[in-house]
Amino acid sequence: MRKGREKKMSNTASKKISTSNRKGQMKQVWFRFRKNKLAMIGLVVITILILACLSASLYIPYEKVYTQSIRDAFIPPFSEGHIFGTDQFGRDLFARIMYGGRISLFAGLVTIGIAFVMGIILGGSAGFFGGKTDTIIMRFCDILMSVPGILLSMTIVAALGQGLGKMLIAMSVSLIPRQARTVRAAVLTLRGQEFVEAARCYGTRNSTIIFRHIIPNVMGPLIIGVMSGIGGQILQIASLGFLGIGIAPPTPEWGTIISENQSNILFYPYLGLVPGLFIMVAVLSLNFIGDGLRDALDPKQKN
Amino acid sequence: MIKYTLRRILLMIPVIIGITFLVHFILMISPGDPAQMIVGPEATLEDIEMKRHELGLDQPQVVQYLKYMWNALHGDFGTSWFQSFNVMTEFSHRLPYTLRLGFLAIIWAVALGIPLGVISAVRHNTIVDYALTVLSLILVSAPAFWIGMMYQVFFSLNLRWLPASGASTWRHYILPALSLGGGVFATNCRTTRTWLLDTLRSDFVRTARAKGNKEVTVVFKHALRNSLLPIITQIGVNFSIIMGGSVITETVYAFPGIGSYLINAVKAKDVPIVMASILVVAVIVGITNLVVDLMYAVVDPRVQLGGK
Repeated sequence: MRKGREKKMSNTASKKISTSNRKGQMKQVWFRFRKNKLAMIGLVVITILILACLSASLYIPYEKVYTQSIRDAFIPPFSEGHIFGTDQFGRDLFARIMYGGRISLFAGLVTIGIAFVMGIILGGSAGFFGGKTDTIIMRFCDILMSVPGILLSMTIVAALGQGLGKMLIAMSVSLIPRQARTVRAAVLTLRGQEFVEAARCYGTRNSTIIFRHIIPNVMGPLIIGVMSGIGGQILQIASLGFLGIGIAPPTPEWGTIISENQSNILFYPYLGLVPGLFIMVAVLSLNFIGDGLRDALDPKQKN
Repeated sequence: MIKYTLRRILLMIPVIIGITFLVHFILMISPGDPAQMIVGPEATLEDIEMKRHELGLDQPQVVQYLKYMWNALHGDFGTSWFQSFNVMTEFSHRLPYTLRLGFLAIIWAVALGIPLGVISAVRHNTIVDYALTVLSLILVSAPAFWIGMMYQVFFSLNLRWLPASGASTWRHYILPALSLGGGVFATNCRTTRTWLLDTLRSDFVRTARAKGNKEVTVVFKHALRNSLLPIITQIGVNFSIIMGGSVITETVYAFPGIGSYLINAVKAKDVPIVMASILVVAVIVGITNLVVDLMYAVVDPRVQLGGK
């Protein structure tokens, strides 16, 4: 096994680097990533968490999220039928957390996805075309970045009103400028390099140059940015939920769950402790994965 | 240096105009008639019309914006729509609280974060290093409001050491400052560690060691000074994070600053208050970024400000 790998490595090395295929590169990244223990733990934990949230309907009925019964209020954790106990309305905390995770994790992924695509479009065109396009896009990013992201998201949510879709827009808007900057910087360094110039000399169309030559080469920093951003995004969504302007209360979302239990946390700490731990574990795993990917994609920049 | 500072201040103006216009625009196009909301559901059409005229809502949006900015330039931030008191007076009461809290948070986060980051780098791969890494990872990964609540449960309820909310004595500042600065402390600690480790491996540090310098001199005089630049950049970013985080921390601790004021205004769509808060925060963040850039030149003589 080992010998085979070494042979393969020397094979690719003997070939010219320019002909090394993407598959080999992915394999190398995976190989380096796998050696990072924390990153692998993070990957396993987050996969389990996502699968557990997605398959929640298999082991806990959806009605339990909303079923209220004052008689069952404040049942402590580890009781029969309620692993994490119940809240002031007698709703099962475990059900609320597992179904809430769907929203928290999903929203984190979607906002970062939007920011990823918009970042490529805006930052890419700013860096590639330069001149006026660059100035306009970058000044706009400066404007969006002149106040802390959460304040901007808050204002947009306030204006648009509550709701998942609106919150996703608000969250991505505050994220796009940062992403666009990263892409622009990467594109700027690539634009002047020989292989782009060569492609241009061939008479390649701009779109081909961008999609075939530039974007694959900026993927590294982009993926790093995205992966280390998801955790922060989940935290921000939880914060909006906590402030009462994220997902509207009866719908479970990790931040909202903590928020609706805030007045009881001093007497029933588990109501805040458990959902908070879920957020922390999810974000921690994503951060580990982000760090691992950074080291794997960019072996030069080791910490 | 002075020329550079002036140019940067001039460059701040379009950005601030941009963000205030954007926020004004977003708030105004949003559904719902503010005049209707203010006078209540039982008001007659005339009442609504009068209120709309009183607030200037019957004018084009650009005119409203220009009027607002003109007044703001003269120190008049208007009157709250729903609570009918002057925004400026309220701000002058609340801003000191937020600034004090923010400074306390950033001071402890920097004063502890950087030295501990240095220790972490120097004692690389020891128990101290691991403990600090775990601590900062927790502080970065847990939601700030949740940490704040856990402090309340632990320090106020269980140990009864510190008050859980309010801001009447200095003891009320400890828990909010602790939770507001937590994330910044962690990032400072981690950045310092990463950059210092990087510098400690470089050639000039090896030379400094080879000359027979004491380890303290090597670390502080040679290595740390050369890794200060990214650390200072971090502090600039920190300030923005602190300003955003104060909204959350102030809500957790019922702290009477700008943040808790803003969140209520945002929920009620009280436009004058939101506009004033955004304006103040944008100016504060802009000035901090400028100060940070000026500090580059002080820390690193190679940085030439104002050059092409």
